[in-house]
Amino acid sequence: MIHSKGYQIIHQWLSGKKLRPFTFQEQTWKQILNDKSGLVNAPTGCGKTFSVFLGVLIRFINEHPHDYKSITNSGLQLIWITPLRALAKDIGRAMQEVVTELDINWQIGIRNGDTDTAERNRQKKQMPEVLIITPESLHLLLAQKSYGYFFNPIQLIAIDEWHELLGSKRGIQVELAITRIINCCRKANNKTPLVWGISATIGNLEEAKDVLLSPVKQKGVIIKAKMDKKIEVESIFPDEIENYPWAGHLGIKLAHKIIPIIQQSRTTLIFINTRGMSETWYQTILNICPDLAGSIALHHGSIDMELRTWIEENLHTGNLKAVVCTASLDLGVDFRPVETVIQVGSPKGVARFLQRAGRSGHSPDAISKIYFLPTHSLELIEAAALKSAIQQQLIESRIPMMLCFDVLIQFLGTLAISDGFYPDELLAEIRSTYCYQDISNNEWEQILHFITSGGRALNQYDDFQKVQNDNGRFVITSRKQAMRHRLHIGTIVSDAMMKVKFMTGGYVGVIEEYFISRLNPGDVFTLAGKNLEFIAIKDMTALVKKSNSKKSIVPSWTGGRMPLSANLGKKLRETLNQASGLNKNTEKEIKALKPLFLLQKKLSHVPAENELLIEQIETKDGFHLFVYPFEGRLVHEAMAAVLAWRISRLKPITFSFAMNDYGFELLSDQPIPIDDSNVYELFSPDNILEDIQRSVNSTEMAKRKFRDVAVIGGLIFQGMPGEKKKARHLQSSASLLFRVFSDYDPGNLLLRQAYQEVFDQQMEEVRLRDMLQRIQNSKIILTFPEQLTPFCFPVKVDSMREDLSSEKLEERIRKIQEQLPVK
Amino acid sequence: MQNPFPHIIEKNTFWVSSERCCWWEEKNTLILSDLHFGKTGHFRKSGIGIPPEIYKADLMRLMAQLYFFKADHLIIVGDFTHSSANKELDHFIKWRKDFSSLKISLVKGNHDILDEKWYSAADINIFDKSLIIENFCFRHDLKVERNEEIPEEVNYTFVGHVHPGITLKGKGRQSLKFPCFYFTKQYCILPAFSLFTGTYQVERKKNETVYAISDNQLLHIL
Repeated sequence: MIHSKGYQIIHQWLSGKKLRPFTFQEQTWKQILNDKSGLVNAPTGCGKTFSVFLGVLIRFINEHPHDYKSITNSGLQLIWITPLRALAKDIGRAMQEVVTELDINWQIGIRNGDTDTAERNRQKKQMPEVLIITPESLHLLLAQKSYGYFFNPIQLIAIDEWHELLGSKRGIQVELAITRIINCCRKANNKTPLVWGISATIGNLEEAKDVLLSPVKQKGVIIKAKMDKKIEVESIFPDEIENYPWAGHLGIKLAHKIIPIIQQSRTTLIFINTRGMSETWYQTILNICPDLAGSIALHHGSIDMELRTWIEENLHTGNLKAVVCTASLDLGVDFRPVETVIQVGSPKGVARFLQRAGRSGHSPDAISKIYFLPTHSLELIEAAALKSAIQQQLIESRIPMMLCFDVLIQFLGTLAISDGFYPDELLAEIRSTYCYQDISNNEWEQILHFITSGGRALNQYDDFQKVQNDNGRFVITSRKQAMRHRLHIGTIVSDAMMKVKFMTGGYVGVIEEYFISRLNPGDVFTLAGKNLEFIAIKDMTALVKKSNSKKSIVPSWTGGRMPLSANLGKKLRETLNQASGLNKNTEKEIKALKPLFLLQKKLSHVPAENELLIEQIETKDGFHLFVYPFEGRLVHEAMAAVLAWRISRLKPITFSFAMNDYGFELLSDQPIPIDDSNVYELFSPDNILEDIQRSVNSTEMAKRKFRDVAVIGGLIFQGMPGEKKKARHLQSSASLLFRVFSDYDPGNLLLRQAYQEVFDQQMEEVRLRDMLQRIQNSKIILTFPEQLTPFCFPVKVDSMREDLSSEKLEERIRKIQEQLPVK
Repeated sequence: MQNPFPHIIEKNTFWVSSERCCWWEEKNTLILSDLHFGKTGHFRKSGIGIPPEIYKADLMRLMAQLYFFKADHLIIVGDFTHSSANKELDHFIKWRKDFSSLKISLVKGNHDILDEKWYSAADINIFDKSLIIENFCFRHDLKVERNEEIPEEVNYTFVGHVHPGITLKGKGRQSLKFPCFYFTKQYCILPAFSLFTGTYQVERKKNETVYAISDNQLLHIL
């Protein structure tokens, strides 16, 4: 390679800038020159873009050693798929710089939701050599007539931030698009473009590569950037652990402790888990330290795009001292001035914690510094668990979704509005993807049937019209339907959102429609850090004015409550081992929690890694059963239901449930018949699937899942956000459709998929099974504490949260805690 | 089907049926609302594969109710059809011929946008805003336009439009929603007859009567 002209030119260019390629970049170039596909594993901000991009340039120069500078209009050479629109500009700029300096006549184009029509048309006439695109826009390209023409010259398809896409339906969109493009190229010039993914570290890198390369039919290589970034985790401790709440979710009591941290570093990002909590935190910081006004900002998904862009720009320039944010700032380009990151509450997973930590300290040998602020005492264990998980590189896997019929139905529609498709030919292609490798002939027939005749045999009074069979070619001819389909390409299904605007003009942001619908004119709520008085709804926009009212409702946005990851759960159980015997190697966090553990031990027991603790407590509310598997809220929810069902077969008894990430509670008005004689049997993995189906209200859960499936599968038209509803006579709710299909077409594929998603994702059936297996091999410890223990406390409080506003809740936590003796 | 419930208004007996309609005994008239005929067809025409069986089920239920009560007059308080004409409505015309002795009166609702000719072909009497029979008024919704006059003798009104539903709360944060009949002192909101309809939640106030419909059973909500 080093003797090739391309390499030498690139090397010279880098030397001119006093730079040397990293080993992983050179390795990638070499593989690209050898016609290999693969996956680059590298964190953000260390030249991962150049690993693949410069490889493509070297190849281009090598192929045109004499005229590489003069060739123009080479057609699309590199397609660069990125999950984030915001990233496109920066990547484009960096690439443009390279080709300009090298004097190569390449155009770098961007195509996503922000690209204007003129630019799109220009691209259609003459494709740039590099196109940076989102998965959705790529599918929109596939919806254009004669799209194959654009793709034929492609040399390489790059997928940036593949770890973000893998495991989601957007990832499947990528799989489908790659397959289609590859097959276009094969057909046109008998050449297969290379496919390269770029991914941060995840637990299943090998699988991540296999998913991507499935249609290339190549084993491929993984190239790892060896960049051990130092990460320093520091917990923020309450002064007196005894007086810090045992339960809670805000952590506001420690807010004063982060002010010095903010003041000491150039720029700080404060990550909060939910949008609602971030609003409260923003207000609190300003109340404690009014000096920060003007140099602190709030950034979350519901804040007006323009304001968010402004915040991001000011993060780049270092004009902001701190930004309170949610997952909205997890991804994206690096903000160099960020020196410090604070994580409030559990990050729920190792990967997310690492990603957030990595947002600080960007110069090559700077240390990433992250503070962990617990929202309740026990959460401090998580800091210790996270430290050890980071040390062992125990990072979560992204499990690819399989056989998502909704995405496939949408994709078939996309192809049907452009050039149409021949089912047999296409089936072979579809089967070459990882997602649909196991699709049966029967399922394929059902899908075709669904899109051509609406699922049922035609009768003389049927009007069904969608995909038509035109001499073997499947097409959609209705222009109206084609247009509607184009508007709905995508797999991100959001709740109905409403714009929030001042009476006097000016956007504040967007908010869920259902939240606004519960407000009365005059009510005051908080959005984007402002107290706003709701006035009226007009043209699908909520009109508001500024309010000076002290009291306001903080909207609770739906979603957002992620369960604890399996990896972090495992680490937590391990960390508890340390609690039983403190020594000099014990983490600071565990030492700090000593009083709590002593009380827990006195009242009940501190479980070791190979133990499962079950506490039975009687209070005036009734008989409580607390179980602590540390497996995350969703698994606990399913397990609680299964356990309740199994106990109810021993004797007639009814329960109410509560759960958090550490454990769950069953509460009944009569004693719960569980003891050493039957406990292992009650936690047996045998017949678990049947018991789930009998016990959990899987229908209710599937109904909720069905909404997304129905939108993606084209059964529900959402209309554009904020716009007046179009096609009103085609409106129907997901729950209505769910009922209709359950009653009249129970075998429907989309319905089946909704149930499957519930089992796979909602209840995490595999994880539930693993947990029960683990419990069978461990020691179950039953205790009968006289009163509530530090362990059960957060679970108990979580169940109270639903009926109480957070202020009242904090009051109640304090009162209950006061009744308990500490020390 | 469960036996209908008698509900007395102004000395007239209205038999409330679990099949989402009621029968006015004194006038031998079946009253219902929001059939939304042709809705599945409209969706299917636009490429949304709603099972067409639901339209057939609605038609069969209507037929069963007409036979059961042996009614000779059918009043529909609006939204008889869903959208523009389609093949499902052609099917209805064919069905109509088998019931030629039945008198059908339709008070127009916001969805009734078909051509006059269609209604005359279907032998349906059209009323623009309201139909008044003795002390009873039948209309699509409660909103009275400014230039509209309701005769003084009207003491009670039947409407549809909102597809009323009621939430029943059980133990352990469980709640279930049902379509319902909603009777107040002055008016009654009828449930949507079609099974392919959602509901709008209403709340029962004092002195109001609500019949929830659950799996073809009527629940008298007190």
